[in-house]
Amino acid sequence: MDWEIVIGLEIHTQLATRSKIFSGASTEYGAPPNTQASLVDLGYPGVLPVLNREAVVMAIKFGLATGCTIARRSIFARKNYFYPDLPKGYQISQYELPIVYGGKLDIVLDDGTVKTIGITRAHLEEDAGKSLHEDFHGLTGIDLNRAGTPLIEIVSEPDMRSPAEAGAYMRKIHTLVRYLGISDGNMQEGSFRCDANVSVRRRGEKAFGTRTEIKNLNSFRFVEKAIEVEAERQIDVLESGGRIVQETRLYDPDRNETRPMRTKEEANDYRYFPDPDLLPLVVDDALIEEIRATLPELPDAKRERFMREYDLPAYDASILTGQRPLADYFEAVVKATKARPKAAANWVLGELMGALNKSGLEIGESKVGADQLAALLDRIEDGTISGKIAKEVFEALWNEGGTVAEVIESRGLVQITDRAAIEALVDTVVDAFPEQVQQYKSGKTQVLGFLVGQVMKASRGKANPQQVNEVLRARLDSSD
Amino acid sequence: MHDSTIAQLAEALRARRISAVELTRHFLDRIARHDPALNAFITVTEDEALRAAEAADRRLASGDASALTGIPIAHKDIFCTEGVKTSCGSRMLDNFVSPYDATAVERLKAAGMVMLGKTNMDEFAMGSSNETSWYGPVKNPWDTTRVPGGSSGGSAAAVAARLAPAATGTDTGGSIRQPAALSGVTGIKPTYGRVSRYGMVAFASSLDQAGVFAATAEDAALVLEAMAGFDPRDSTSLDEPVPPYAAEIETPWERLKIGVPKNFFDEGLDPAYAEAVRAALAEIEKLGADLVTLDLEYLHLSVPTYYVVAPAEASSNLARFDGVRYGYRSPGAEQLDLVTFYKRNRAEGFGAEVKRRILIGTYVLSAGYYDAYYLKAQRVRKLISEDFARAFREVDLLAGPTTPTPAFGLGQKTNDPIQMYLNDIYTIGANLAGLPAMSIPCGFVDNLPVGLQLIGPPLAESRLLKTAHYFQKATDWHRRVPPGYE
Repeated sequence: MDWEIVIGLEIHTQLATRSKIFSGASTEYGAPPNTQASLVDLGYPGVLPVLNREAVVMAIKFGLATGCTIARRSIFARKNYFYPDLPKGYQISQYELPIVYGGKLDIVLDDGTVKTIGITRAHLEEDAGKSLHEDFHGLTGIDLNRAGTPLIEIVSEPDMRSPAEAGAYMRKIHTLVRYLGISDGNMQEGSFRCDANVSVRRRGEKAFGTRTEIKNLNSFRFVEKAIEVEAERQIDVLESGGRIVQETRLYDPDRNETRPMRTKEEANDYRYFPDPDLLPLVVDDALIEEIRATLPELPDAKRERFMREYDLPAYDASILTGQRPLADYFEAVVKATKARPKAAANWVLGELMGALNKSGLEIGESKVGADQLAALLDRIEDGTISGKIAKEVFEALWNEGGTVAEVIESRGLVQITDRAAIEALVDTVVDAFPEQVQQYKSGKTQVLGFLVGQVMKASRGKANPQQVNEVLRARLDSSD
Repeated sequence: MHDSTIAQLAEALRARRISAVELTRHFLDRIARHDPALNAFITVTEDEALRAAEAADRRLASGDASALTGIPIAHKDIFCTEGVKTSCGSRMLDNFVSPYDATAVERLKAAGMVMLGKTNMDEFAMGSSNETSWYGPVKNPWDTTRVPGGSSGGSAAAVAARLAPAATGTDTGGSIRQPAALSGVTGIKPTYGRVSRYGMVAFASSLDQAGVFAATAEDAALVLEAMAGFDPRDSTSLDEPVPPYAAEIETPWERLKIGVPKNFFDEGLDPAYAEAVRAALAEIEKLGADLVTLDLEYLHLSVPTYYVVAPAEASSNLARFDGVRYGYRSPGAEQLDLVTFYKRNRAEGFGAEVKRRILIGTYVLSAGYYDAYYLKAQRVRKLISEDFARAFREVDLLAGPTTPTPAFGLGQKTNDPIQMYLNDIYTIGANLAGLPAMSIPCGFVDNLPVGLQLIGPPLAESRLLKTAHYFQKATDWHRRVPPGYE
């Protein structure tokens, strides 16, 4: 049987405001428990929420970047439920009238095709605190530092048809919110997490199947895996004559399976109603235009510009523009070097990314600055060092710091281009390997590579390989 | 001293004829003598009061005093007061000492007023008789077998018995005006948003409004002036300048057109009460006013509308009282599972009326009932507001009775919530429409006070207070003190 998977995502993104959405407490991550919770965050009697304007600006930025309509008037509502890490007994969120709605986002699939995913809405809300179930000997600890941290919940249309599409969409949103500077997107710290709505139907069917919702997925890989196993489970159930129960499920990455959390019947009735403590949020055209003027170049536009302006292949451009700091780094290198942009791209995507990954660093923490990488490329370009030596220089820069000039100087890595010096090296090698020389002369010319290698080795890699090749060939061909 | 107005006391303080400490001592003594019979106070803050009075005396001596410096006041126990128990009349908050001052409290403190203590009230302001308090009912000083009204019953009784020159209150459906009427004092509920709600334990956020009890409109004007004003901590507070009420009420009388709603005098109104109110209206007519009869078409829907909107908001506002961070926790409850923990804390911490309203509120917000109840109530609320707006295009003020009857007996209505709720039939409209309104003493029925209610358009506090002030200059109902408290 041929099945189609239908996926919609709800992505919760913490906004990078300095203070909370309804109080003046700091949003800094990692403080000792309950040290960043004001009386408002603690839900004390008599306290009232006051909306943080910065959070509104960030939500509007997201809306503008995804072609959403910006609501001139939106409403905060209370979502009522009891849980110890929800101090007021309700979460202030937006329900019927969210701040932005009706947008879209293009994702690029592995085969290079572009697919448009609809964005139903994105609404502002406050995060809850955290329940800590470990270390309390059968009791539960509550940390309310996170309570009141601003979030936007980005709800997609059910437009995705495979785990890979869902992963691509989530990555794209992740890239976007970081570009916009509205979220640090830190998934370990829970700044960016996702619920996936998954259903399956027989290919060609119009109606959606019954969906389940997988809660709290906090990595791209888990999203893809969770959707994959959940879709398989649903298909198994349907193929064996069962039916899907609408329910909330949790993904267990250790066992790679989803498990039921609560069914629709057990679901909370959240009793949403407009929060009488907050006035309707009114946004005028002037504010929208003011915010629009601050938008940075967005990933898609940057990618196209990189392909056009720097003549880069789509793959390179996509990766380089995947993170704004990486794109900025690349452009800084290009601006400072005489080398071709493609050469710069190769170095950034090759050596630099390799080194970053190996040491687990972000581009902003790179130990080799864009200026040094540009200088390195220039030295290759002007023949001072070979590409191979350049890798050694890069490694030295990464591990020990300093400038390109200093490393080349102190290690004596300047390429040997002096013909006499190279001839002397060639003589030594010819004397040392009479057998191979004989082989060459008897027609086994493929041994040349070995001899070139020996000359390079004798020069400790510094000889200009092209010159070595010429000199050696001339020497072997001429002598008798 | 307790028969003087605030203006007179302030004058005596400034002239150093009395000290703030003497004045405070005098009222503390009265509380000690009379309150055991009335139960108007939940907490008396004697030490804090005397310290504040000493500070007020220093301020008075330095010449840096406001019109209220050194004047004692009692706060309804719904206002958060730093370092002082703030119970809201509930077992749930019996152990709650607020770490901060409500804005209203903070402003009166800044003006130099001296807090005598915290007054008794219906639990979480839910009640019209002050009988739902965890701390027991308050008795009406005019007849201690009767209720003082509620929910701000302690504040009304304290001012009526002259245990405090003024007291704060809150009014969600009549909780200042109704007890003011039943206890024979002056009470004003300003326009919604005029006084900050920050630090007032929330009952129904879209209706709650803080106000003042005092013996006279002039005193109420002085205190309100100091309490009111925009507060950035309350998004619903009005960003409008506060007029000098106390000065404005002394401006020359200007002829007023006063609307008298026909349906304020329907069959539900006690005939003798009606007579007293009509006599008061005639008195105002004599001051220089044209009375016009008019109709408030949707008034009869105000009680049912209120009993959907207010419980809906309350059910959510009271969700925070779960015994996790503060407040009542059932002994040993933390050893139980989470749901039982909540159930125990809330079942034992809340009283019956509060539970009834949480249930109603939860019900009307539930999936499947929301449209039929909550949304419909919001639509009716809008009609009621428009009703008033229409009236105020014709008239300057509305006037009528504050309540259908004078003070009723303790226990008389406790088993009949509908009868209890109907006590607020004339007051609830002003809350639904967010309008300023006040009640002033205007006569007696069987030795029990009668209240005249005045309702104004938004921000017409000065007009209300001035009308009441001129009425009080022409009458002496407000000077009557319950026997035994002279």
